[in-house]
Amino acid sequence: MTDGRHHLAVIGAGPAGLAASLAAAARGIRVTLIDAGVTAGGQFYRRPAPGLRARRPGALHHRWRTWERLEEGLARHLEAGTVEHLTDHHVWLVEGAVAGGDSGTAPAFAVHALLGPLQERSVVVRADAVLLATGGYEKVLPFPGWTLPGVVTAGGAQAMLKGGLVVPGRTAVVAGTGPLLLPVATGLAAAGADVAALVESADPRAFARRAAALAAQPGKIAEGAGYAARLLCHRVPFLSHHTVVEAHGDERLDAVTVAALDADGRVRAGTERRIPCDTLAVGHGMIPHTDLAGALGCRTDGLRVDVDDEQRTDVPGVWAAGETTGVGGSALALAEGHIAGWSIAARLSGTAPDPRATTRAIRSRTRLRAFSGALDTVYAPPAHWTDQVTDDTVVCRCEEVTAGPIREAVADLGAGDVRTVKLLTRAGMGWCQGRMCEPAVVGLAGCEPTPARRLLARPVPLGVLARAGEEPDD
Amino acid sequence: MNPLELAGAEPGPAFTVTLDGREIEALPGRTVAAALWAEGVTSWRTTRDSGRPRGVFCGIGVCFDCLVTVNDRPNQRACLVPLEPGDAIRTQDGTGHDTGRGQEGTGHDD
Repeated sequence: MTDGRHHLAVIGAGPAGLAASLAAAARGIRVTLIDAGVTAGGQFYRRPAPGLRARRPGALHHRWRTWERLEEGLARHLEAGTVEHLTDHHVWLVEGAVAGGDSGTAPAFAVHALLGPLQERSVVVRADAVLLATGGYEKVLPFPGWTLPGVVTAGGAQAMLKGGLVVPGRTAVVAGTGPLLLPVATGLAAAGADVAALVESADPRAFARRAAALAAQPGKIAEGAGYAARLLCHRVPFLSHHTVVEAHGDERLDAVTVAALDADGRVRAGTERRIPCDTLAVGHGMIPHTDLAGALGCRTDGLRVDVDDEQRTDVPGVWAAGETTGVGGSALALAEGHIAGWSIAARLSGTAPDPRATTRAIRSRTRLRAFSGALDTVYAPPAHWTDQVTDDTVVCRCEEVTAGPIREAVADLGAGDVRTVKLLTRAGMGWCQGRMCEPAVVGLAGCEPTPARRLLARPVPLGVLARAGEEPDD
Repeated sequence: MNPLELAGAEPGPAFTVTLDGREIEALPGRTVAAALWAEGVTSWRTTRDSGRPRGVFCGIGVCFDCLVTVNDRPNQRACLVPLEPGDAIRTQDGTGHDTGRGQEGTGHDD
């Protein structure tokens, strides 16, 4: 199985994981790329399911040429046997320092994955080093009616469109905050949905205040302008500094009420208007996916995995790149992945990487981090979003915990952190393990967001856990 | 333009699956969720406490709102599971564990 080359396990086949795999493999590292998708690309380059046989898979994407170059690189390495790609592998745990990792020669990490849609059979991949390129998931803050069928996350609408070539209804409103709303609105419009409004809570004046930092990335400005032009062309009304107040419907969505925000981020009374629609795609930004890093004991900074200039975490042998180290988009993920692959190749061979070999990636990482930092300050949810959350609004979708008991836990029972709120109310205790409600609970409880500590990154059948520790079945 | 035309999709022939016994057509490659959306169905589960309807929310397997029973296996994430010809999809009440084959669940048993 081994040929003397060092073995890297890359978890996640999105832009960061792919760039790292190609950079490391090109420098003599044997790479196993492990991903939950049936094709590479991650969420950003999610393509129509192969069975749909799309002749123009790039129609719902931008920067498709970049993807084609990554795909060609991957194909070359797959053919040469330098990269192995494990698709439909759902990683639930990475164990560090196993099987004599201190000897310097034996594999140090065990990556545990479940196979296929049923996710019952397990596989273990052993490797000398691990790159976490696990991406992120969407943040959605609650409002009355957000659990109605027809209300989906902005990324969810996009995933169903890109992967299943399907739209949820005829008339859509896209709302929330963040750069993702633009491609979602244009994508839905191009796919035949009538987009009744794009509702962005950011204040246009915030863009003006950040003009210098934003203008340092002319490519990104052009991208934004491109979306604006397409929105115009599809006649999509753009309501900036507005928010969704309520989603209406009985068994499914039939309208939303939107309203303007004042300078403090409060709803301006009397500006409410009702927009009939059968789809609401809503999102308030992204959260780094840090479950695997947390179980490995990697240090975090805020909600993201903390890495050094080489994308190394503080756990020896573990690198991280892309949204898991801070949400900044696909171009930043590509640069970070490339830098990680370059560092891994050198470090596994016992040498320090030569920065001259990757000057371009390092420069673009610096620029893109500054740009995404500026975007973060512009795209913030309305400061007083909790004002719109009535006591009977569901906050934890899985456990059906409403805002009332959460407020009561804080005001009357003395809960001062998310964990205590969870123990008192069951918010965050359901299937999704708080991935959907945690930002809302944090906001309602008025405490600081901290990275969630989840021992397992996804549900695992008890039989798999019972067999853990036995010889793996790979 | 619809999304299939936009992407120039030329899927193989549609096949038949059932939703609560009713036959529906599905395109090869589509997940349970995508096939149901294409049929205009947006909810296929009711919650265990208040019995409220739910369907797709996150679309990428994170939120578990789209749980559904496929071939008698409850709690499958509809947005992840690809459909095969002849699959039997059943709407799911409560936890899904209380709905026996062809029986109505109470929605409150664990």
